[in-house]
Amino acid sequence: MTANAHGMPEGSVVTAHAETEDTIFVASQWQLMWWRFRKHRLANIGATVVILFYIGAIFCEFWAPYDPNTYERNLTFVPPMKVYLHSEGQFHWPPVTYGLVRTRDPETYIITYEEDRSVAYPLRFFVKGDSYRLWGLLDSDRHFFGLGGGEDDQRVYVLGTDRLGRDMFSRIFFGSRISLSIGLLGVFISLVIGIIAGGFSGYLGGVLDEIMQRIIEFLRSIPTIPLWMALSAALPREWSTVQRYFAIVVLLSLIGWTGLARVVRGRFLAIREEDFVMAARLQGANESRIVFRHMLPSFLSYIIASVTLSIPGMILGETSLSFLGLGLRPPTISWGVLLQEAQNLQTVALAPWLLIPALFVVAAILSFNFMGDGLRDAADPYSR
Amino acid sequence: MLTYILRRVLYAIPTLVLITIVSFAIIELPPGDYLSSYVAQLEARGERVSGEELDALKQRYGLGAPIYTRYWKWVTGLVRGDFGVSFEWNRPVSELIYDRLGLTAAIALLSTAFIWAVALPIGIYSATHQYSLSDYIFTFFGFLGVGIPDFLLALVLLWWAWSTFGVNLGGLYPIDYEGQPWTWAKVFEVFKRIWLPMLIIGTSGTAGMIRTMRANLLDELRQPYVITARAKGLKERNVTLKYPVRIALNPFISTVGWMLPGLISGATIVSIVLSLPTNGPMLLKALMSQDMYLAGSFVFLLSALTVVGTLISDILLVLVDPRIRYSGAGSR
Repeated sequence: MTANAHGMPEGSVVTAHAETEDTIFVASQWQLMWWRFRKHRLANIGATVVILFYIGAIFCEFWAPYDPNTYERNLTFVPPMKVYLHSEGQFHWPPVTYGLVRTRDPETYIITYEEDRSVAYPLRFFVKGDSYRLWGLLDSDRHFFGLGGGEDDQRVYVLGTDRLGRDMFSRIFFGSRISLSIGLLGVFISLVIGIIAGGFSGYLGGVLDEIMQRIIEFLRSIPTIPLWMALSAALPREWSTVQRYFAIVVLLSLIGWTGLARVVRGRFLAIREEDFVMAARLQGANESRIVFRHMLPSFLSYIIASVTLSIPGMILGETSLSFLGLGLRPPTISWGVLLQEAQNLQTVALAPWLLIPALFVVAAILSFNFMGDGLRDAADPYSR
Repeated sequence: MLTYILRRVLYAIPTLVLITIVSFAIIELPPGDYLSSYVAQLEARGERVSGEELDALKQRYGLGAPIYTRYWKWVTGLVRGDFGVSFEWNRPVSELIYDRLGLTAAIALLSTAFIWAVALPIGIYSATHQYSLSDYIFTFFGFLGVGIPDFLLALVLLWWAWSTFGVNLGGLYPIDYEGQPWTWAKVFEVFKRIWLPMLIIGTSGTAGMIRTMRANLLDELRQPYVITARAKGLKERNVTLKYPVRIALNPFISTVGWMLPGLISGATIVSIVLSLPTNGPMLLKALMSQDMYLAGSFVFLLSALTVVGTLISDILLVLVDPRIRYSGAGSR
């Protein structure tokens, strides 16, 4: 949430000295919230990380040095390659990496890789590489970094490769696009259902409210993972990856809306009794004007906060399901699909870098939680 | 008091009925009719299915009958403890399920105990020492605990133990106890290993609980009666433990209700990672092979377990907090 998105004047990115007493009195609600949010340090870090994650996900073709599906049969389970600023007694700019020599232990058949220090390959930025089409629109073959595909086609795997010799770094970035977009999409659907259900139940009250509350209570009493597992296992196997993706989003929202509906209902109930609503009604405003013009702005911030806090649950749901092999399936790449490769203990013992996607999952979840925490504190800037 | 409990129990019944409907829907969800796939499976193995047998099976599951008849058959079976037959194991579901469900419940209970045992003192400490260094440290770990999904934690711990000590932490007892009856030796083995799932499943709950406890207690500590107590010269220890902690404890108990579905959920996926002999791995396998009676029964029993747990926590809450008893409103 940036300040300017809410119609605030340009240059309102506030520095500390702007918060004098005079400015606080005349500041708009959003201005106050922004100030409050800026004070929450963890939330700021969280928001920054979230933004970085989404920049990574939106332009993943550019950040990823390679196509996530190309494989090198001779470079399976390559450990993360080191990139040196300083090696062999000298400094390097651009940083360099070294080629690998593959040896197979004659007895255990375990493959090990060793650096061959004879030739140094400088890392280049904005290099030409695998061609791609960004968002199905822009053709390009520029990548943020790479080795530029010299004559001997040396490759750099900063996070290692998987069992087929695919670049983990590229796969994690492509995976972030799926995993993070599922969070957003799922929350969007949940929000639509939640606003309709919670809004009606809070605004109209009575029998409808009672029924809605029972339904929500019931849905929340079912353990989610077993239910999600059962429902996603029932998805037809012949469905395409896109169909599956949307089906999983819908499944996740099926439970996710309940939390948002509760928040919306609670706010509606609280605000319905406020004087300004009564005033609007006495002035003859019709119902939709009361709801959208008077009530909605005063609880929008709460909704934004709880939406942020429910995104991690969605991401986690997808990750868990895909990890179990019931959610998204290869060739779709998501963090959960990547972690599925790490299910086997023996494999992980040999190639612990397959667990790296877990770090991304945790970082994303934590950042969303921190950011949501700060937003929740900021949601009511008049408190305290 | 008794009427309250009675009313709470009555409230749980429609929920249970809804759960049976959802579970039955899950059984019916996969396309195609499971009997024909079962027959195809048998024939693939070279076994013949006689017409009478087929008819008997059809009779039993009410195939061909309208859906509500089938549902009724299934539900009345449930009440009698007959969950149908697992097509994959070719055994009654009830035989397969109880052992595993018992262990699941045991792990969930232990995790709850663990969460309370850890979160209570830390929550009190954090609240009474607000903004101290240890408060910050606990808060930080609390956030970490909430942020780290339990199955990933299980995965990493498993890998770490394997790569540094060469120990496989998976399973609840050594392989040779598999399928053995429950002897003291086996129970002992289980106790030696059950702490790991307990710890893993408990972390996220503990973190949340510490935050709840801390917030509740902070609210209470600001109340005037605390100042009064302090002004009267009560020992600091008594000031906190006697009144504010007791009041802050109420939401603590009521949160068990919402914690439980999470615990069962967590137990399911963690047990798959740790390959524990609980519901998780079997549910996953049943779903993979579309062994729907087994899967549906698991979903039903797990949800029922949660409902019963919530019920117990609600009743406990009434015992602790008389205000709820008299106002008559349920704690939700």
